[in-house]
Amino acid sequence: MTKYAIIGNSVAAVGAIEAIRSVDAEGSITVVANEPYHVYSRPLISEYLAGETTVERMAYRPADFYEKNGVEAILGVAAAGIDFDKKSIALEDGQSVEYDKLLLATGGKPFVPPIVGLDHQDIFTFTGLADAMKLDEAIDRVKDFVVIGGGLIGLKCAESLHKRGVKVTVVELADRVMAAVLDVDAGRIVEKSLARKGIDVVTGDTVEEILGEGGSITGVRLKSEKELPCQAVVIAIGVAPNVELVKDSPVKVGRGILVDDMMGTSVPDVYAAGDVAEGRDVLMGVTRILPIWPNAYMQGRAAGMAMTGSPRGFAGGLSMNSIELFGTPLINVGITDPRDESFEILTRSEGDHLYRKVVLRDGRLVGAIVVGEIDRAGILTGLIRDGVDVSDFKEELLRSDFGHIDLPADVRERRLFAL
Amino acid sequence: MKRIYAIESVCMNCQLCAVFCATGHSRSKDIIKAHNREKVLPRLFVEEKRPVSFAVQCRHCDEPFCVQSCITGALTKSLEGPVVYAEEKCVGCWTCVAACPYGAIRRDVDRKKIAKCDLCAELTEPACVANCPNQALVYEERGS
Ligand SMILES: Cc1cc2nc3c(=O)[nH]c(=O)nc-3n(C[C@H](O)[C@H](O)[C@H](O)COP(=O)(O)OP(=O)(O)OC[C@H]3O[C@@H](n4cnc5c(N)ncnc54)[C@H](O)[C@@H]3O)c2cc1C
Repeated sequence: MTKYAIIGNSVAAVGAIEAIRSVDAEGSITVVANEPYHVYSRPLISEYLAGETTVERMAYRPADFYEKNGVEAILGVAAAGIDFDKKSIALEDGQSVEYDKLLLATGGKPFVPPIVGLDHQDIFTFTGLADAMKLDEAIDRVKDFVVIGGGLIGLKCAESLHKRGVKVTVVELADRVMAAVLDVDAGRIVEKSLARKGIDVVTGDTVEEILGEGGSITGVRLKSEKELPCQAVVIAIGVAPNVELVKDSPVKVGRGILVDDMMGTSVPDVYAAGDVAEGRDVLMGVTRILPIWPNAYMQGRAAGMAMTGSPRGFAGGLSMNSIELFGTPLINVGITDPRDESFEILTRSEGDHLYRKVVLRDGRLVGAIVVGEIDRAGILTGLIRDGVDVSDFKEELLRSDFGHIDLPADVRERRLFAL
Repeated sequence: MKRIYAIESVCMNCQLCAVFCATGHSRSKDIIKAHNREKVLPRLFVEEKRPVSFAVQCRHCDEPFCVQSCITGALTKSLEGPVVYAEEKCVGCWTCVAACPYGAIRRDVDRKKIAKCDLCAELTEPACVANCPNQALVYEERGS
């Protein structure tokens, strides 16, 4: 009987548990997590903050999930160290967990840059349910928030705060919001939709000092010397992989824990998945951290299969986000803003509500941005994932109603009708 | 498992599959009320570029990208095969819309929910298949 241990209790862990149980009903599974909650949907902390959902409704799997899957869940206790020779995890409360196969699914932790004045009260991060609860409490005593970071997490936080009736200013170092996944044009559309609601966005600038008196915040000073009055600050610059547990261990770390296509690390019987793992990107031919929910599930699943001894492998990570801010939905997939000449780019836009961009390399679709009319955008994702040659119908990809009907008949029959 | 496939050579784009799908998923089970009052959306897409047309439904994939991408747990893969959708858990984030290679998931923007084929779980044959006047939809086992 195999002893499986998983550190982390989020989506990568669930992917692994469901995979293990699809093959192995016998082995014991122990999950350890420092967060005390039943497995929940982390992205929904913004809905929680906005007052649109409850902790119960945020459950990612039903209440009997651990029981049904024969999982011993040790929640609210951090893993403090791992002895890779003895195959034993030491927990902070003195317990230990022995394993035959170990999955590291510790995710990310908020990255906090060196800013002057971090010792003030009412400085928040926004990556977990506990953060959302603390912010929820603070809202009553705060009129103006500054959110540092205009990426997906910062903007979701800003939107929720705005819905609660407080004034929000977002400060972003790059020249546009969501610079990691969008291009300039799509970023501008998002900025305008925020501006229409009264959320100020400052780009090309950053917070150098948090100002205050007697522990309370009075404002922030930007690099440009401009000052913004506020009583609270949310630091949402990004997440860094949670690699502490493998520091000074034989587990090799690049930016994240390096994994092969079976999610194996450099140490036998030790696997990693999700935001902590640095795996192969399907389009870029390099390893990188891809901190998105679907990737964490798929990697967790691949790890779980490998841990049971029936590896299926991981097809490689694909960047993909769907986000809706103030009623403007947008989707990005793959490589969206290449600078190098070897890519071919086609775009179509209508005012501030519709934008569509496709990126081709060697006749194959490798990236897309769709803003506004996002229906059936997954067809593009499928073409990207499968490396389909789209050169003969590339102009059609820009139509909002692009469909399988636009594919050559033989390609369509194979993809759609399994013929 | 059995899945729904279109036969494009005999599809006439009459859209009856969409009509029966929406009606079947309405509370009233009445064609007029389903469309006008309940505003039920069909759980399928009919594509047309003359002379070709065909309907596309959820393929209930063995390794469903929608399920693996769903951020709330609203989509799950059942042991029996179908991809099951729990509407009360959906928040309308549209991640599944971005993930589904078939483009089979519809956005119900007003409700901020998705709508997706459930193979008419309570019927012996899905309504779109049963009511296609030209037998342009079949419900059968194929590769995938
Ligand atoms: C506000 C917000 C919105 C987001 N929105 C989206 C979105 O819309 N779409 C999308 O694709 N992605 C989104 N993401 C990203 C997504 O949430 C992550 O990619 C995903 O949660 C990664 O899952 P994971 O399993 O790798 O780890 P995490 O979810 O980071 O969980 C890590 C787990 O490890 C545990 N842990 C860590 N260290 C220890 C330790 N030493 N001992 C014990 N336990 C430990 C934690 O308690 C936790 O259970 C969002 C993230 C945030 C914060």
